[in-house]
Amino acid sequence: MIRFDAWQEIFDTVRHNKLRTALTGFAVAWGIFMLVVLLGSGKGLEHGVDYQFRDDAVNSIWISSGQTSVAYKGMQPGREVQFDNQDYDEVTTRVPGVEYASARFWIFGSQQVNYKNENGSYTIRAVHPGHQVLERTKVVSGRYLNELDLRQFRKSALLGTLVAAALFRDEDPIGKEIRIGGISFKVVGVFDDEGSEREREFIYLPISTAQRTFNGGNRLSQILYTTGDASLAESEKMAGASRRILSVNHTFDPDDERAIYVNNNVENYQKIVALTGAIRLFVWVVGIGTLLAGVVGVSNIMLVAVRERTREIGIRKALGATPASIVGLVLQESVLITTVAGYAGLVLGVLVLEGLSRAIPDAAFFRNPQVDLRVALSATVLLIVAGTVAGFFPARRAAAIRPIEALRDE
Amino acid sequence: MIRLRNLHKSYTVGRNRLHVLKGIDLEIGARELVAVMGASGSGKSTLMNILGLLDRYDEGEYTLDGVAMGALTETRAAQYRSQYIGFVFQSFHLIPFKNAAENVALPLYYQGVPRKERNERAAVYLEKVGLADRAEHLPSELSGGQQQRVAIARALVAQPKLLLADEPTGALDSATSRDVMKVLQAVQDDGVSVVIITHERDIAHMTDRLIHLVDGRIAGDSRQRRLNPDDVVVDIEALDAVPAAAGAPAAPAGAVPEAAAG
Repeated sequence: MIRFDAWQEIFDTVRHNKLRTALTGFAVAWGIFMLVVLLGSGKGLEHGVDYQFRDDAVNSIWISSGQTSVAYKGMQPGREVQFDNQDYDEVTTRVPGVEYASARFWIFGSQQVNYKNENGSYTIRAVHPGHQVLERTKVVSGRYLNELDLRQFRKSALLGTLVAAALFRDEDPIGKEIRIGGISFKVVGVFDDEGSEREREFIYLPISTAQRTFNGGNRLSQILYTTGDASLAESEKMAGASRRILSVNHTFDPDDERAIYVNNNVENYQKIVALTGAIRLFVWVVGIGTLLAGVVGVSNIMLVAVRERTREIGIRKALGATPASIVGLVLQESVLITTVAGYAGLVLGVLVLEGLSRAIPDAAFFRNPQVDLRVALSATVLLIVAGTVAGFFPARRAAAIRPIEALRDE
Repeated sequence: MIRLRNLHKSYTVGRNRLHVLKGIDLEIGARELVAVMGASGSGKSTLMNILGLLDRYDEGEYTLDGVAMGALTETRAAQYRSQYIGFVFQSFHLIPFKNAAENVALPLYYQGVPRKERNERAAVYLEKVGLADRAEHLPSELSGGQQQRVAIARALVAQPKLLLADEPTGALDSATSRDVMKVLQAVQDDGVSVVIITHERDIAHMTDRLIHLVDGRIAGDSRQRRLNPDDVVVDIEALDAVPAAAGAPAAPAGAVPEAAAG
């Protein structure tokens, strides 16, 4: 049935019915165009969400301290919870499944930093080496902070790219001495962070050094760790375990939501993933609905065409066309029109997406709309199936035409 | 070639049963040029549809070239049509968007003949009907007589055993009708059985055998000496001359209006 000759026969028909073919094709092209634009926009939303999470490890749990809100074991509500090194050690060793961990020690206010004659004021973040994974920090040159820095209370510093640029200009900062709040530190590396402009203006210090240098004692502000490949349920268990350890250490009700804040990124991410999944499904449903309308249109026009061509089909049958060859004639025409028109719609849709992603600025929740190869392939398969479905009923009608009726002279 | 035994066919029209063919017995040999005549409703079109495997019969037997044409599937009927039978219709039934050569080549397409050979054979048959120079013309660019000649070429290109012509001259003027009949006579000389259905007496006289169909039965079956279409020209012109000579312009002879009737 799928011979070159047969296609030649179809091309002939299509060529001689240009307007009809164009109208039929338009419905399908429109359908696939909408599908592609919708799918691309859905992808844009997904990228937007990914962008929101690009900054931090998605499989992480962040614990910050708060104020107790209920009385517990004879203690009044309203007490500040203050984490310390012991909390960090216990959480990271006793909670099963902790992968990378870090605490943060905040030094309030920004610090005056200078190198030779250059100076500026920057925010200091004191962390453990595991922080690199949690923040997805990229080391541009030199190295990240390590265990040795912590153990030996080394005065090592890691500069954000903007800090390095401001203080050192063209000079290589690695190994140079800078002064932070009047205390000398040695630059061991420069980092970049995709999170935001602000993140690149941070300076990272070993947490042990910072506690000692900036009068921190053994106080901590935040405890964070990654959960490895823990499932949502497992991550919730880990969050619960952390909460219980801390509630014992600081004597607060483990159910007190405001004593400490446990932010489970796994949970948040799962929610967003579920949401984007739902959006994707919705987009497919709407897109396929639009395409279906196009297919019904093709079917309709092909039916009219078959009626119009009753006589021609009668002639063909009298000349020896089998019912199967007539079915092939209509079906192939339908598939040809839907595929070519659909492909045009696909290309147009991709062009529009390209233009769109160029024309609109990257917003937080919508960026870089695009269709990937898999979507394009599925759309193509969908088109061929659609063409076959659209041609089926008209083809059956055509095959049922009786030559003696078709050829009767009125 | 063709053998019909006690062939019956009836149609159901509303609640009535219309018995159209009431027992046809007929044999047509190879290389015969036969005319079937009958008033409208006599069953001649039904007979042609059955001979052409476009319609089924209820009862009886039909063998074509020794092959029984009993209850065929549509596909099988299409294959036999393609193999054995060529059709010529009153209103030509050329495919309007195909040119003469493409129309002629179409039956070969359904036989699975390769394109190149199709085109060559189509050219040969267009030449035979004297239209080699019109190969690229669309049907709308051809006169009625030329269209019918293209249709005859198309009917013959697959080298059928049987050519069925249903009122082949019905839509043509008398001069063009004579041209077409000359072509059909030549076809028969090539070894194809030709059955012409007509209600024009002078056309019927250009065949070797005349079958009269009345009310679904064969009422007459006689052999005759075929007239040469060129001779008929003379006859008709002579007849035309008669009333003028007699000074009675409003009373033409019987044969003339009959010949001109479409």
